[in-house]
Amino acid sequence: MNILSLFVVIPLVMLLALWLSRNIRQIRGVMVTGSSMILALAIYLTIDFIALRQAGATAEMLYTDSYTWYAPLHIAYSIGVDGISVAMLLLSSIIVFTGTFASWKLKPLTKEYFLWFTLLSLGVFGFFICVDLFTMFMFYEIALIPMYLLIGVWGSGRKEYAAMKLTLMLMGGSAFLLMGILGIYFGNGATTMNVLEIAANNHIPHNWQMVFFPLTFLGFGVLGALFPFHTWSPDGHASAPTAVSMLHAGVLMKLGGYGCFRIAMYLMPEAARELGWIFLILTTISVVYGAFSAVVQTDLKYINAYSSVSHCGLVLFALLMMTQTSCTGAVLQMLSHGLMTALFFALIGMIYGRTHTRDVRQMGGLMKIMPFLSVGYVIAGLANLGLPGLSGFVAEMTVFVGSFQNNDPFHRICTIIACTSIVITAVYILRVVGKILYGKVQNPEHLKLTDATWDERFAVICLIVAVAGLGLAPFWISNLIHESVAPILGNL
Amino acid sequence: MEYTLLILLLPFLSFLLLGITGMRMKPAVAGAIGTIVLGAVTLLSYLTAFLYFGGGRNEEGVYPALTPYNMEWLPFNGNLHIDLGILLDPISILMLVVISTVSLMVHIYSFGYMKGEKGFQRYYAFLSLFTFSMLGLVVATNIFQMYIFWELVGVSSYLLIGFYYTKPEAIAASKKAFIVTRFADLGFLIGILIYGYYTGTFSFQPGMEVIAGADGPTAAMTLLPASALRVLPVALGLMFVGGAGKSAMFPLHIWLPDAMEGPTPVSALIHAATMVVAGVYLVARMFPLFIGYAPEVLHWVAYIGAFTALYAAIVACVQSDIKRVLAFSTISQIGFMMVGLGVCTSMLPHEGGLGYMAGMFHLFTHAMFKALLFLGAGAIIHAVHSNEMSTMGGLRKYMPITHITFLIACLAISGIPPFSGFFSKDEILTAAFEFSPFIGWTMSFIAALTAFYMFRLYYCIFWGKENKELHTAHTPHEAPLSMTFPLMFLAAVTCVAGFIPFGEFVSSNGEAYVIHLNTQVAVTSVCIAIVSILIATCMYMRRKQTFADKLAHTFKTLHTAAYHRFYMDEIWLFVTKKIIFRCISTPIAWWDRHVIDQFFNFIAWGTDATADEIRNMQNGSIQSYCIWFLSGAVILTIMLLLI
Repeated sequence: MNILSLFVVIPLVMLLALWLSRNIRQIRGVMVTGSSMILALAIYLTIDFIALRQAGATAEMLYTDSYTWYAPLHIAYSIGVDGISVAMLLLSSIIVFTGTFASWKLKPLTKEYFLWFTLLSLGVFGFFICVDLFTMFMFYEIALIPMYLLIGVWGSGRKEYAAMKLTLMLMGGSAFLLMGILGIYFGNGATTMNVLEIAANNHIPHNWQMVFFPLTFLGFGVLGALFPFHTWSPDGHASAPTAVSMLHAGVLMKLGGYGCFRIAMYLMPEAARELGWIFLILTTISVVYGAFSAVVQTDLKYINAYSSVSHCGLVLFALLMMTQTSCTGAVLQMLSHGLMTALFFALIGMIYGRTHTRDVRQMGGLMKIMPFLSVGYVIAGLANLGLPGLSGFVAEMTVFVGSFQNNDPFHRICTIIACTSIVITAVYILRVVGKILYGKVQNPEHLKLTDATWDERFAVICLIVAVAGLGLAPFWISNLIHESVAPILGNL
Repeated sequence: MEYTLLILLLPFLSFLLLGITGMRMKPAVAGAIGTIVLGAVTLLSYLTAFLYFGGGRNEEGVYPALTPYNMEWLPFNGNLHIDLGILLDPISILMLVVISTVSLMVHIYSFGYMKGEKGFQRYYAFLSLFTFSMLGLVVATNIFQMYIFWELVGVSSYLLIGFYYTKPEAIAASKKAFIVTRFADLGFLIGILIYGYYTGTFSFQPGMEVIAGADGPTAAMTLLPASALRVLPVALGLMFVGGAGKSAMFPLHIWLPDAMEGPTPVSALIHAATMVVAGVYLVARMFPLFIGYAPEVLHWVAYIGAFTALYAAIVACVQSDIKRVLAFSTISQIGFMMVGLGVCTSMLPHEGGLGYMAGMFHLFTHAMFKALLFLGAGAIIHAVHSNEMSTMGGLRKYMPITHITFLIACLAISGIPPFSGFFSKDEILTAAFEFSPFIGWTMSFIAALTAFYMFRLYYCIFWGKENKELHTAHTPHEAPLSMTFPLMFLAAVTCVAGFIPFGEFVSSNGEAYVIHLNTQVAVTSVCIAIVSILIATCMYMRRKQTFADKLAHTFKTLHTAAYHRFYMDEIWLFVTKKIIFRCISTPIAWWDRHVIDQFFNFIAWGTDATADEIRNMQNGSIQSYCIWFLSGAVILTIMLLLI
């Protein structure tokens, strides 16, 4: 069996095992075994991929394989990965692994929760390994639907409303996306669903592209929190349980950026060139708008949700800048944002589990009470505002340097506007850190609270190590992505 | 010289060690680890300086720049990549020596000063982090590495200012410091982006590799494309904005006085001797580019420096908190250094390039005596438990060592020979007079103000009326040896540093330059300083300061305005609270929740309402079905008939 298929098979086996498990120990056992196997697999894949590349494998995608499953429509289970997908798989496996620990003590309906959780990760992994339009779309949907139940059942606050809103908006995006995919399929002459082949043919008529590029880009853009279709994100994140927020902001939102790049821009390059500027304006707005909105929020999760709007906006922004460096930066930003947002949401969940409030005005002086979580929060915050040595800096700088390669006033102005976000980010991060961690203890009840337990510590440390690892030694992953971006840009 | 890598790695490892396991250590152990590591770093720095300058000049008569270590850290594309490495040249070695010396003194001093503080281990961890970042900044081989460490320095400064994290003022101050400098760094970043794009490299010498061996810097200029020549002044100007933020140039200086909320040794290390001169170092590092491509921008640096120096000196005359006086005096002195660099008109030290050497010399001497002043202030604060000058007075009897060392520093900063400040300030004034008499006289006036406010401070602390009731409650006492040793050491350095043949080591084009005093300037400036000191003596030495009070009363408006620092902080508050919070963020957040979100809610509601309407068509009652059926049939028939 192809090594990539394992990414789908392991979750399937996990689903079965979860279904058969009888008690919490077994459930945890299954989850830990499964998610660590996937993590190990992803690490192995990354190393092997780099080794293959160094050994001279120049094909765009490696580990390719294909099984037709509906010939009349040319639907096949076609798989293959390039550097971008490898990076995304690595990210997803880290988040799934740490997410398992972050929901260690989750109650009630633990078994059902983990079933949906695993199904969601199955969708995510499937999406990243596939290169067939239809199969990708299918996995995409598999990843979206469990979100509804995970938020609706295990969420907090206005969970039904948030779950409904999130699902409907993302489904709306999927509708656009489906139209886009059909447009690509038929525009290309209805001969193949394989992304690589379509890209190689590259003869979707210009007027088709002009119609279906915006649809596809918007479809994925909704998931990537593109302004003004980002409003599911604050409510959705605020209501979701910890691990779901992590997975959603950390991985699911990346599906958006990945899809925009791999499908919309890769397959419809002419339209991407001609219409890119419209979306570039929207993403520039996203970047600054999200940051400014975050400044005045009072709910920790809202702050992070808006911060995600800003950072994910930067992903799409960098993609639309269409230089090799900026697109590398976009993928780095996806990785970095995925890791640090997961870290943030994990910490917020842990803090919320203790204080039972996420209102920054009702907290204070947590540094004294829970030093471990607070230090973690400061590190996450510093990563978010782009401290060198942590992942955010690497990604942002690559994006900005790359974007600046475009030598025309429009792109320049957009870049400079996007750069201002580094200041605003500092404002909202330091505001929160100052309010909730430093200062006097606001609520005497909080004095009784305890610091993180071992499972929480483990999840947080894993993520911090990943964030610092990417920040300290970015060259290997940057090279990996850099060369994989080239063929896609070559098409543009 | 590969071992220089250790200079960077040691403090970093010490930070990791203390940061991760520090809380389980005894405070003294953590402090000892930090200090020993720093001691090793200091020794290595001195060794490097010794070997480097001992290595002699090359055939062109300059000390060659060495890069013992360089690695590609983050590739972008083609020529653009971020390197991390170590660059050794006269100014980076000068900075290594300054930073490691002051840092070591602060480490030792903190043993006494921070004794018994909660978070002692954390404090030493942050000190190590800061030292690491600052050393990384000065040995940067390219502008992007400088930016990386620049940010790290900013964060360590943030962490250290906010060390007393339960104190609201400290939190506010740390936040302010970080955000103001971040804002300036935005300029720096954009400057770097422009620079990198147009010159095609992040290295400090664009085009230089190509012309090695060609005839002089003019050849380098022609190698850069015309577009690069056009935008380089902009890029350099933007980089200077970043430097102005860290170096507290007007109007970005507002964070520095507040940063005094941090522990006093930190103020001595970061906010007096090392981090705040990073901007000066940046200008010095880019100096050949400034001279070659953007001399007018360089002169703007001088004007901004001069204005800042004047502003800060006036404000310093009326402040009542000793650390604030010192903070404004720092701002003012950095202004001097900027003027020194800014008044240069060529690379040749004898023809308009003197200021470069003077600025760097002043950086060196200032670091020593300003650290001494801050550490002395720390000893005083330690003794009287207050920052306010009104609680002091007459302390000379209680704290003789602090008194003498503080006096030496005051004489040095006032420019009295033979203390170090005299020599460096004199060179700056000479360079300023060469450039324009107006700047020269302005700087002389500021030098007079400096002498005045420093001796005002000195007399208010050590002479004047003793605060009896406070002192009987607990008698002030001399600080322990761990604190007085750094004072004595730095005082000794201050006494002799002026005689270092500084021009031998550092000059604008690298060739040896023999410092010679310009008698006219020297005599004038010394006379001015002595007169100022005498005025201060008359006004503040006595127990009652009637004349000073009367003067303050007569110029009430000016006095109040200066006391409130000409309301710069109010402007800052206005910008952040009113503009960013009220006028931008709040409306945007409102718009997001009430317009965009409601729009999607409206769509959902619309679907829902329509569905509700349509649902009535299938309510299960046969009668209504009949009506719908019949009316539909009738309408269809009519339509068919009409067509």
